[in-house]
Amino acid sequence: MIVVDTGNHIAALAAKMAKPHVIAAYPITPQTTVVERLAQYVESGELNSEFIRVESEHSAMTACIGAAAVGARTFTATSSHGLLLMHEMLHWAALARLPIVMVNVNRAIGPGWNIWSDLNDSMAQRDTGWIQFYASSNQEIFDNVIQAYKIGEDERIRLPVMICYDGFILSHTSMPVEVPKQEEIDDFLNEYKSTWQLDINNPITHGNIVPPEPYLEIRYSMEKAMKEAKKVIEEVGEEFGRKFGREYRLVEEYRCDDADYVIVTMSALAAEAKIAVDRLRDKGNRIGLIKLRTYRPFPHEYLKYDKMIVIDRAFSPGLGGIIYSEMEMDGKEVYGFIAGLGGVDINYKDIEKMYEYAKKGKDGWYGIEVK
Amino acid sequence: MAIKDLPTEEYILKGHAGCPGCPVTIALRIALKALGRKTILVIPASCSAVIQSLHPKTSFNVPTLNIAFEASAAAASGIASALKMLGKEDIIPVVWAGDGGSYDIGLQALSGALERGTNFIYVCYNNQMYSNTGIQRSGATPYGAWTTTTWSGKKEMEKNLAEIVMAHHIPYIATATIAYPEDLYKKMKKAREMKGPRYIEILCPCPPGWRFDMSKTVEMSRLAVQTGAWILYEIINGKIEFTADSKRLLEGKERKPLEEWLKMQGRFRHLKEEDIQKIKESIDKKWEFFKQMNLRQKL
Repeated sequence: MIVVDTGNHIAALAAKMAKPHVIAAYPITPQTTVVERLAQYVESGELNSEFIRVESEHSAMTACIGAAAVGARTFTATSSHGLLLMHEMLHWAALARLPIVMVNVNRAIGPGWNIWSDLNDSMAQRDTGWIQFYASSNQEIFDNVIQAYKIGEDERIRLPVMICYDGFILSHTSMPVEVPKQEEIDDFLNEYKSTWQLDINNPITHGNIVPPEPYLEIRYSMEKAMKEAKKVIEEVGEEFGRKFGREYRLVEEYRCDDADYVIVTMSALAAEAKIAVDRLRDKGNRIGLIKLRTYRPFPHEYLKYDKMIVIDRAFSPGLGGIIYSEMEMDGKEVYGFIAGLGGVDINYKDIEKMYEYAKKGKDGWYGIEVK
Repeated sequence: MAIKDLPTEEYILKGHAGCPGCPVTIALRIALKALGRKTILVIPASCSAVIQSLHPKTSFNVPTLNIAFEASAAAASGIASALKMLGKEDIIPVVWAGDGGSYDIGLQALSGALERGTNFIYVCYNNQMYSNTGIQRSGATPYGAWTTTTWSGKKEMEKNLAEIVMAHHIPYIATATIAYPEDLYKKMKKAREMKGPRYIEILCPCPPGWRFDMSKTVEMSRLAVQTGAWILYEIINGKIEFTADSKRLLEGKERKPLEEWLKMQGRFRHLKEEDIQKIKESIDKKWEFFKQMNLRQKL
């Protein structure tokens, strides 16, 4: 069935179809319509879940942790300052290995108040142990939310998963989305079985004081799970393709085969980059695109091209563009552009300009300082 | 009921890491006897996180979730909702948090969970300071008390969290302290049998924090009540009842001199006469508040 709706409503629909036992969420622009729609689903009886209307995002994440700790499937949604307020509990969820699924609608951080797209909110959570997906269309939002449950809940992984998408550009833009039948989703997602839970018949204590050596082991097991996640994400993406006709991997490679230059970016910027690649190809340029689908785990193995142009809608002050800074650069020409922060519009024409700059050996802050 | 009539089941096992003379361990032992095995404990950063002892061992014989300092009531909310969805509503989430985690950093989550009507019990074991980090002042630290962040004595009066909780109009609110184990047990039991948010605050005199000998914990707890500094009561659906020695004080029995209690505690050693007067006035005011409440409901 084709549904035409906004990114936020599509995210809510996907969450509903995954049938979480518990949803705990707090409204924040531009995520608000996700929680509004979920509240409607629950109140109308379309979705049999407990919806906890918490008093903060910190409590939203904590309530999901509590629910997941007794074996429930959970969902939450947030954005920007809400995600930052959750930061402590993002670590907690990941270290407790609870496969909570969350959507984060990317929005800039204040001051001054800015509600437009900027990926710094979620990219600043890169070290929390969450798997992170970035969507470039509403279809990808839907597909990623469904797959997130299967990936996070996989026995080999057991990590929480965040699906990120641009505020307004996707969250409030209607697009057609192919939505499978509920039975098909039920068939794709296994019933959730937690690896550990608070059980009165087996009274464990979770999270008491842990000495250094076992703590080190816990951290290492997260790294192993994150590495394993690369395999599981592709397995699940392939199965999703077989079932629903849209296959996913860690990245999407677009017209890269004979490319002299490859653009590396993610989120809505990647959708613009695709148009730029087509237009540049039409003019005889050999250019391709690697669209990052996951930022954590980071898909280094796909970023092996000699000349790459990295476009970041986020940066680390004192270091530079965040994806750019994480690239393996040995023996490669890599150009980095910081662009579109705080919702500055970046379309395919801007990306074509970045390509022209890169060809001349220039990069930097697009629209401000390129050299 | 007498102490010998308490259930023989033990949910605090041998080898816990509480200090000698720790009132928190005594309180939790009695509380769990009343709550029973169908309990999930939620514990924020606090002494009770230490008392459990080191991973991979534990001295708690009920499932226990440790959670961040400010977050325990929110975690209990999630657990309560999940238990409902999973058809396990016979199990009760019980927060066991200190005064730092309740009066101060955890107040928002507590208020939210109360307002939402969360089906849980929240216990604040109040030792009137941040004891786990080594005796720092909290919102529950009384006027004049020495702590490591109030070297010359706290300049402000403590707040009263139970009064803040009252503003949420929840079904059950009670205070207790370990010198009255039957009273504590009965209140826990009563709370366990009700539904919705229930709040119990237990005064826990801390030997290293209050500066008294570890053999005097129970005496310190009893004197707090007999001097009127700590009032034992329960509020069931808005109706207050005084209990144990507080009931006797209300009925006209004379309070023991406050100085007896203050003198036993090194944290009050430096108090001047006017400081003691100030504390006495604040205790009188507290009694007046609860007496008025008692009178109003009798009208």
